[in-house]
Formats: sequence, structure tokens, C-alpha cells
Amino acid sequence: MTDYRMHILICGGTGCKASESNEIKEKFNHFISEFDLEDEVQVLFTGCFGFCEKGPIIKVLPDNTFYVSVAAKDIEEIVKEHILKGRPVKRLLYKEPVSGEVISESQDMDFYKKQIRIALRNCGFINPENIEEYISRDGYMALGKCLSEYTPEETTNIIKDSGLRGRGGGGFPTGLKWEITRKVESDQKYVVCNADEGDPGAFMDRSILEGDPHSVIEAMAICGYCIGADTGLVYIRAEYPLAIERLKTAIKQAEEYGLLGDKILGADFNFKIELRYGAGAFVCGEETALIHSMEGLRGEPTVKPPFPSVSGYMEKPTNVNNVETFANIPVIINKGAAWFSKIGTDKSKGTKVFALAGKINNVGLIEVPMGTTLREVIYDIGGGIKDGKEFKAVQTGGPSGGCLTKDFLDTPIDYENLLSAGSMMGSGGMIVMDEDDCMVSIAKFYLEFTLEESCGKCNPCRIGNKRLFEILDKVTEGKGTLEDIDKLKVLSDVIKDTSLCGLGQSSPNPVLSTIANFEDEYLSHVEEGKCPAGQCKSLVRYDILEDVCNGCTLCFRNCPVGAITGERRTPHFIDQSLCIKCGVCYDKCKFNAITVN
Amino acid sequence: MDTVKLNIDNKSVVVKKGTTILQAAKEIGVDIPTLCYMKLDDLNIENKPGGCRICVVEVEGRRNLAPACCTDVNEGMEVKTHSIRAINARRTVMELILSDHPADCLICAKSGNCDLQDMAHNLGIRKLNYQGEQSHYREDTSPAIIREVDKCIMCRRCEMMCNEVQTVGVLSAINRGFESVVAPAFEMNLDHSVCTYCGQCVAVCPTGALTEVDETAKVVRVLSDPTKTVIVQTAPAVRAALGEEFDMEAGTLVTGKLVSALRRLGFNYVFDTDFAADLTIMEEGTELLNRIGKHLEGDKDVKLPILTSCCPAWVKFFEHQFPDLMDIPSTARSPQQMFGSIAKTYFAQKLGIKREDLVVVSIMPCVAKKYECGRDEFKVDSNPDVDHAITTRELAALIKLSNIDFHTLPNEEFDNPLGESTGAAVIFGTTGGVIEAAVRTAYEVHTKKDLPKIDFDELRGMEGIRKATIDFDGIPINIGIAHGLGNARKLLEEIQAGESEFHAIEIMSCPGGCIGGGGQPYHHGNADIIKKRQKAIYQEDSKKAIRKSHENPHILKLYEEFLGEPMSEKAHHLLHTKYFDRT
Amino acid sequence: MPKIKLAENTIQIIKDICAEFDNNEGELINVLHKVQDKLGYLPAEVQEVIAKGLNTSVAKVYGVVTFYSYFTMIPRGEFPISICMGTACYVRGAEQVLSEFKRQLKVDVGESTPDGMFSINCLRCVGACGLAPVVNVGDKVYGRVAPTQVKEIIAEYRKGCDSDNVKSA
Repeated sequence: MTDYRMHILICGGTGCKASESNEIKEKFNHFISEFDLEDEVQVLFTGCFGFCEKGPIIKVLPDNTFYVSVAAKDIEEIVKEHILKGRPVKRLLYKEPVSGEVISESQDMDFYKKQIRIALRNCGFINPENIEEYISRDGYMALGKCLSEYTPEETTNIIKDSGLRGRGGGGFPTGLKWEITRKVESDQKYVVCNADEGDPGAFMDRSILEGDPHSVIEAMAICGYCIGADTGLVYIRAEYPLAIERLKTAIKQAEEYGLLGDKILGADFNFKIELRYGAGAFVCGEETALIHSMEGLRGEPTVKPPFPSVSGYMEKPTNVNNVETFANIPVIINKGAAWFSKIGTDKSKGTKVFALAGKINNVGLIEVPMGTTLREVIYDIGGGIKDGKEFKAVQTGGPSGGCLTKDFLDTPIDYENLLSAGSMMGSGGMIVMDEDDCMVSIAKFYLEFTLEESCGKCNPCRIGNKRLFEILDKVTEGKGTLEDIDKLKVLSDVIKDTSLCGLGQSSPNPVLSTIANFEDEYLSHVEEGKCPAGQCKSLVRYDILEDVCNGCTLCFRNCPVGAITGERRTPHFIDQSLCIKCGVCYDKCKFNAITVN
Repeated sequence: MDTVKLNIDNKSVVVKKGTTILQAAKEIGVDIPTLCYMKLDDLNIENKPGGCRICVVEVEGRRNLAPACCTDVNEGMEVKTHSIRAINARRTVMELILSDHPADCLICAKSGNCDLQDMAHNLGIRKLNYQGEQSHYREDTSPAIIREVDKCIMCRRCEMMCNEVQTVGVLSAINRGFESVVAPAFEMNLDHSVCTYCGQCVAVCPTGALTEVDETAKVVRVLSDPTKTVIVQTAPAVRAALGEEFDMEAGTLVTGKLVSALRRLGFNYVFDTDFAADLTIMEEGTELLNRIGKHLEGDKDVKLPILTSCCPAWVKFFEHQFPDLMDIPSTARSPQQMFGSIAKTYFAQKLGIKREDLVVVSIMPCVAKKYECGRDEFKVDSNPDVDHAITTRELAALIKLSNIDFHTLPNEEFDNPLGESTGAAVIFGTTGGVIEAAVRTAYEVHTKKDLPKIDFDELRGMEGIRKATIDFDGIPINIGIAHGLGNARKLLEEIQAGESEFHAIEIMSCPGGCIGGGGQPYHHGNADIIKKRQKAIYQEDSKKAIRKSHENPHILKLYEEFLGEPMSEKAHHLLHTKYFDRT
Repeated sequence: MPKIKLAENTIQIIKDICAEFDNNEGELINVLHKVQDKLGYLPAEVQEVIAKGLNTSVAKVYGVVTFYSYFTMIPRGEFPISICMGTACYVRGAEQVLSEFKRQLKVDVGESTPDGMFSINCLRCVGACGLAPVVNVGDKVYGRVAPTQVKEIIAEYRKGCDSDNVKSA
């Protein structure tokens, strides 16, 4: 094997790949061969670094230099300066937005300082397409340990003692789930990995599968050993081609190394993993729906019990966990239950990965100990609100969750606290909103999502959410009444109380939590016909101030519908009957001559 | 046996483990309203998607309400079936359903018989608090069934019937969310599908989304046409069910009142499909004996088992799904079509009128009969042998429309010559009846001996698939019976695999046979009704003076005067048919 | 919908895919994925062949196809435009971008332009939240798209196509 002097890790996550990390790799290879460095420098794709805001990201080892927002045109300089002469390219280093300090190593950045990476431990550190790199970071050690040192029961107990809870949303104790499935007698059992990540704004599972697929494979094998299953199935979104590719590669490698297959590591344990593809149905995140989908049926949930642990895939006992949950398993086995349970809060142990997005400076994927406050996440890690605007709310738990106000900023994040604050952990989407976001519209956005994703099987979800959406729509049109707000509450309660599955039972949460925390905003829409955030188009009106407009025609030229008229150098005019309220004129006007009412 | 003790509405109850809250409540007389749930005991039919959420109840310690139909009881459970929370939820769910349902009850075919309407009434819905967009779909009219999908409430009963019970596979839930609905593939019309028109979807639909094509207006029109002679035939299963439409106890036989009602409606002759059923036995029984005889003589080309062919939905089923077996069913036409054929030849000649001036109306427990009488092979110069087939329900509507007080009607007798029938014909109305009737005749014709016992109890019952061996004087004849097309499929697949042990198989599309037909008064999920109808049918048979088809004097006369003998060329032409590959 | 007749080799491709999955009804979704990969979409006639191949009813196949948003019965445009409708993209203005695409191309979501060049689809979160709002045209990703850029993006492909035509002419 070649002993390289330097490694260049390029973020190979979907986000960075979308912004030319392929070209960056090509450029690197080009210049490295131009300067005859092939034996000295290795260029690799690695998993997501998490700091998507500043992508594409490149890390140079061994000096740990962390380059942000790199473009293909910068590569020549990096090679010539940094690699050949050992002088890092300063202008591509990260600059703390507040202090202005230039930071060259990621561990010194505020974004990373407060993070503890367990599930994401290997993302950004290894080449996900090379099993040896995984093995070199204690990979498959946990599986070996279980097979040689622990009985299935002992292994299950370690997971139970660690306090790990399902990271997919519900927070059911993972060890207990394994134990239940283990105790059911059957000739055939299955381990299922739910990788049908569907929350709009959550992408941690994809990042783990893209950046560290072996951690999931190893954990599924451990789970199979515990519950007595010889087959694992990964139900993965077809829209994740890169994750699918990496997972396939990883499975093949694990088979070649004897880490999957018959008599794994010489023990009396066989385990294989197959892939099943999701086809775009959020409801398939629900266990029973997921199982029906794997059986080739419409992804409609069925009433539980029977739980999948008793009767699941092909009516056999099936243990379903999500990707992030699995990614925790090998570390827990290696470091012990006591180590893991020291991290976090009383009832929520370990860490949680969040996809931080929205109106925040540092969009990205983060992993923090349970019990970290929202303030730490948003201000310390997230770098605060974009463009110096005012924080308004943070939405957690995706379409099943709720919006939390600044009153909750100091609440430690764990399952129970989020639930009692009217939201939930969900799979870990965290969307930050500022003063420009209308909370009624946000509730409507989530309802529209639920409406499209409802399977249609039960009445409260199929029709109830439609009616909720229609009432919200009425409110954003300025046609709502006080009675409508009452109806929203009453109907929401019934939908939660009567829906068949978790999707319907939680779908009204965005409505209830926005009403609870932002009732005044609802009232402004209803009583005054105003949208305080200026988002609801029907309640917004753009006008040109005659005395300010100098007739530059910029708005006229940019209006997509020709609603603006006026001669050059004379004040312009907006025809309200044509205006679609897109706001382009407002954005384009250089003289602040356009007002929003 | 494991038992569970729990409290329902403060009443203690001990039930078997695995019992649902709904069943447990029923045992102590607590009625929890249900809408999508349906269970037909003894027929092995259950629909429990848990989707309507009308049956939700409060369970102490549980976060949300529990659907009683699919929640098993637990030890120590405290259930409140009618708490304020449960009632409010139920009412709101009902309001939601109604908010996506056309409010045209006044003119809906299902009005008065609609589970949704009853439920809304029982829940005291007087106002719709939630209104909004309603689903709209194209109406689909086929020869037998109308789909008004706007009225679908996604109870999934029809889908379950079509797929699980009948294995026809025409209906499926499609789309997702608010757009979801039950429909044929590509939302095409039923007449472009493999639908058999068995009508079991109609029989279980709780709303007016699936109904039969209503031909009562056409019947009224021909009855008032002085240039036409209008005759009517009534199928065996009708007499055992029509009374229910007039609030009589299920299983009440109303043969005599039925005849007098039809006379009062203005039919010139009131005949009986039972006559044609006896005729069917003569033809089919002869065919059966011919085939078995050849088989016993070692003829390798003869096809066995022979399958009955009186059920039009079954005929369409095998034409679509088992075209390779088309030479196995008997070629005998169904009793409805035999009747029409004889009526428009033999009887028209007797009256001295042209077939065009004779109108044949049939009263059937079936919606597929509407389709059957329109098939081209049952027309002569485009004039159909049977002009209109109406269901038991449509007949009841006609009687009500004509202001006839059914209860005070006298009992009257059928007209002759096409009104005379035997007990063997009556039992055509139930599963097992056709083959029993055939055995009664075939046995005596073959052995030339009297039957030691007329009742073949081994052929009776409600089991989906039944088998029996009848001793034909030393020759064991293996009989199979299937009702419900899913059960039929199993026997057909055995035949395809060359594993069938049977000489003859009776197949009826509808669970229970014609007594459970798609055109019968709605059973509203109560399978007892079907069982009571069956009892009534056997009762009618046992009271008949003549109980074997080959002893029907008018049948013998028909052969003597007109047909010659069974399977004669004339009989072949008028009473037999052929089948078409519809794949 | 207009009836299309499938070419013999297309039917064979579908049959082969069904056979690859042992003609097992339970593999319906895998079969649909593979067939859509090959043919681009799943018209009625294709679903009929699949139903036959897996020995199941067409109604069931259609029920599954219409349940999952990934499956489509309409051929996608030559340049399929996908707009991410994840929350991050939404709060950063994806809706305005979408309505601008709809307005410019005069088609709705799930439809193709009459010339078959473009089709519009909404995606759930693609996970490129750092680039929100995100638009994909084919494999190319456009990040931080403003409604005003929509016209340019479309023009880019129209132009490319015109010059191709010129070349081939």
C-alpha cells in the first residue's frame, strides 16, 4: 500500500455534490498528476461534514485544514500553495462571523465545538466506499465482540441498559423492542432498517448511509444476532441514489470480508442484507405501512397490535429501527452501556442528530448530546439568525411536530421536554424561522404536506386534514372568522384522538402549536385582515410611492406579469388586478419606492 | 381456555382472549356503532380495515380513542363506549364523512336502506360544521351495476368482497389521501373490466355508491303497453327474501303473496323460473350422466368434472379467468335463459303471438342476470329471450310504487304451463341445491331405482367448499360444491393441476348461493338472514308434492309436445349455449 | 387516455423483469421501479403486462402505482424540472419558484409541456438544505434559485435544444 503524505477529503454528500464537488475532485486529480504527486497525495470522497452552509467542504490531512465554500477554480491554488509549499490558502478558511477570526481546524469552530459525534462519528473522516477505513476506526469490532463474548440476551441487555431510544420519532426504548422480538418464537424473523427518511427538512439518515454505511450494516447484524434473525432488509428511498450505491458497495465488501453471510467470524450466526426501495410515500415511515410497502402493497398502515415485533414482514416477527438508531449500536457495544448512558438527560440518553435549516447562518447536520438547549443549537452552533433578523420560532419534529417560541430557547432538548412543549423530537428536522415567516402559512405548509402524504385509509386523516387545510387557507386569504379558529382547535383534537396511525395522530400538531404560541398572529389575519409577516399574498399589496419613484423602469422590466406601467422618468403604477404579489418589484427597486402593505 | 375480564360501561364481562372490544360489548348487550366493519358469520367474511373510526371508544389509560372493531380486550380494561369524548369524536368523524358526501338522500337509490344515513340519524347530526371541497368522479353505468363514486366512503367492503372473497380483482383502492377512492384499474368503466357483475360489492356497500341498474321504469312502461303480452318469471330465492322488504321476519316464505302481487302489477301470466330449473336438471343431468357414462366406459377424451352453468357471474368469471377450462362446464343455459327461450317459442306459439309481442320479465335475486339477458347469444334477430331482469329489491319498489299492501295479499298459485315446478327446482336458490336436484334425477335415471332418501344432507350447509360421495348403486360419484368465486377458484386450480377428484361440481358466485345474491334485500352485515333464507328454501322443498325434476308433469309434456328428449337437437338449439374467451 | 401499443421487445423487457423477480406478486414495487427505470414511465398498457407477469390484478397494480408519488404514468419531459418542497426550501421561497415555473411553462405539477421538453415535479426534501431553494433539471442542481432566475434556467435548455436542432439540420 502506498504511504501517502497527505489526504484530501472532499465532501461527497448530496448537498456538496450538488455544488460541484465532482469537478473539484477532477481538478485535484488533474493538478496532482501535473505536479507528479500521485504517490504522495490521495484524493477521496468522504461523507457529509455536516457544515452544508459552507459547502463544498474540503479537509486536508494530516494538518486538519478545513476549507469552506471551495470552487473548482480554487483547486490550482490549493495544490500549488498548500500541498506543494505548505501554505494554507487563507481566503478559503472559515471566518467566524462575529469575531472575524480565521479558523483553520474544524474542532476550533463554534459549529463543531459543542457537538459530540456518535452516530456521525465517521462521517467526514473515512472513505465510505472502503471497508478497511471503517475497520481501522474500530469497525466490526462490536459485532466480533458480541459473537465471541456475549450471548444474544447479554447483548440485548447492553442496549437496554444504555437507555438508547428510537431516533425515528417515537422514542421507544430500542433494547426493549429487541427483547420483545427476541422472545417471540418463530422459524423466521427479520431486521428492518427504516431508511425512508421523509420529513421535509431532515437528511441525517441519508448522510449516515452516504458517509458511514458500514455502521448500519454492523448494527443490523448485531440486531439479527440478538433477536434471532438471519435476514436484514433496508427500506430506502429511491430518491437517494448515492446512499443506495454506497450501501450496495458496503454490503458487497462486508460479504467479501465474511462479515455478512454464513458463519460470520466463525460463529454459528448467518446474516444477509437486502435492499427494498421506497417509492415516495411519507406514511411508509410508519412501521406497518413500511412493512406493507415491502410486501408490494399500498403503504397503508394497519391497526396495532399486532405489533411488527410479533407479526411483521410476511407475518413474521420483525424488528424495525431507523438508520440513526442503528448507527449508535456499535459504539454502545464497544464503549459500554454505562459510557453511553452518562451522556444526555435522565430519560433521554446519548446524542441526537439534527438537520439545522431555515433562516439560520450555519445550515447543516449536527449531533449534540440530549439536554443541549435550543439556544445553544441555534446561536452557538447555528451561528444565529440569517441577515441579523429576529428569531421567531423553531420547528422540530417535521410535519408531526410543532413550532417553539423564544420562551423555549433554554429548554434542554429531549423527548419529554419537546413533547410537553407541544412539539416532538421526530426524526430531527429543525427549521428556524424569523420575523418574515407567517406562522399561519407555516401551519398551512405542513398541513398541505400531510394532506398529500395521508394514505387516505381513515376518515379523520383523509377528510379532517383537508378541512383543516381549507380553514387555514381561508385564514391566510383574510376570510377567516373567530369561529374558524375554534373549529381548528376542536377538529385538531378529534383528528389526534381518532386517526388510525401516527401520521394522522400527529398531523394537527403544527396547527395546535402555532395557535398556542402565536394566537395573536391568527387573530391579526382574522380580525384585522393583516398578515404581520407580510407573507400571505391575499393580504399583501404592493404600491409605488409616486414621490419617490424616479421612473427608472427596473420594476417595469422585471415584473413577470406586466402589471407595472409607466413612462421612463415618470412615476410608475401597479395594476392591482394583474399583480400576482411575487415581490420582484420590491426586491429590484433601488430607491425604496415600493411599499408592502 | 384463556379468558379476560374487563369492564365495559361499568359492567363486568369475561370473554375469550383475543376477543375485540366490539364483540365483548355485544356479549353484554352494549351496541357500539360501526360503519366500515362487517362480519358475515359462517361465511368466513370479515371486513375490518379500522378506517371509518366510528366505533372509537374510550379506554382508560390509553392516550387516544380505540377502534372497538379491531382492538383486542386486555385484562382489567375499563372501556367507556359512550363517554362524551367518544360521542363527540364519533359525531365529528361523521360530520367529516358527510362533508365529503353528496347530500342527495331524497333521490338516492339507497335512501331508507343506507347505513350512512342511519348512522348520521342515530348520531343526531343536524348540521354540518365542516364544509369544503367534495370529491367528484365520473358516474359509471354498466349493464348491471352503477358506480356513483362520489358517494364512496372508503369503507373498503366492496374491495374486500371483490378481491378476497370473489378473487375477481376488479376493484382496488387507488390514489392517496383525499383523492383516494375504490375503483377499477385506470378508473375505467366496469364494462371494460373483468367484472363478473356478481353484485357482491352492491350487496355490502353501506351507501349509494354501488347500486344495480334500475329497470323498474322500463317494466312499468311495458306493463302499460296494450300491444304487448307481458309475462313474468320469478327465481327460487326471491320468495324466501322478498318479505324482508316489507318488514317480515327473515326466512318468511311469501310465494303465494309474490304471485298475487305480480298479478296485481298487471303481468298477463305469472310463471316460475323453477319450471325452467326443472328443465335445466333434465338437460344438465343428462349431460352429466352422458359424460360420466363415457368416462366409466373408458373414454379418455371426456372432460370431467362437469361444472354447473346456471350462474351468469360464474360463467363470466371463467370466461375471463379460466378460458382453458371452457369445455368443462355444462353447456346448459341458466334457468332464466331456458325460460326465456321456451317462452318466446313454445309459449308464444301456444298463444299464437309473435315473439316481438311477448315481453319476458324476470325477478331475480341477482344483478348479473341483467347482464346475462343482454348477451348476444340469447337474442333472436336482436330480440332478447328475456327482456328485463329486475332484482328482488326492484320488485319490492314496484309493489310499493303501485300501492299494493303486501301484508294483506291473498296467496295465489302460479299460472300454467310454465308455473309448475318441483321441490328440486326450489332448492336451486341455495348453495348445494342445483347439484342435489341433479343427483335426485341422475340417480333415478341412471339406476332406474327410486331414491331411498330424497334429502341429501351431505350436500347442504354453508361451508365455502363442500365435498361428498354419492353412491350411484355401486358407483361412487364425487361431488364438489363451491360458493363464492374465491372458493370456486380453488377447485378450478385443482382441475388445472389435474388433481381434481370430482365428477361434478356446483358453483355459485354468491356466498350462500342465490339466497345471498347481489339483488336480494340488503343483509346489512347480518349473515343470519342468509341462513334463515336457506332454511325457508329447504322448507318449501319439503312441502312440495313432487320433489324430483323428472317427475314434473309439465316438463314431461314440454318434451313430448315440443322438445323431443333431453339433449335433442331442438333442445340443444334452445337450451344450450357456448362460451367465449374474454381474455 | 390514448391507447398505445407496446412494441414486442418492450413487452419482452417487462416480462424479463418480472421473471427476474420470480414472477412474485410481493415484488411488485421492485418490478415497478425497474420497469420505470427502463421505460421512463408506467402507462396503462405496461401495468397490464406487469399484472399478468406477476399473476395479480391490474387494479392492484394501478392501486400501487397511484399510491406512490415516485411512480408516474405520464412520460417525463426531456428536461424534467424538480423543485424541492422540503421545509428549508419552502421557508426560503420554493413556492414562488414553483409558481414561476408553472407560469412560464404553462403546465401544472406532474405535467409535461406539449413539446415534451419540460415537465414539472415536486420533490420531498433532497437534503441539500444549504442550497435552498433547490431546483433540479435532470441531474443538474441549481441552488439558491430566485423566481427571477426561472426564465434564464428555462432559456438555457431551450437554447441548447435549438442549437442542437441547427446542428442536426
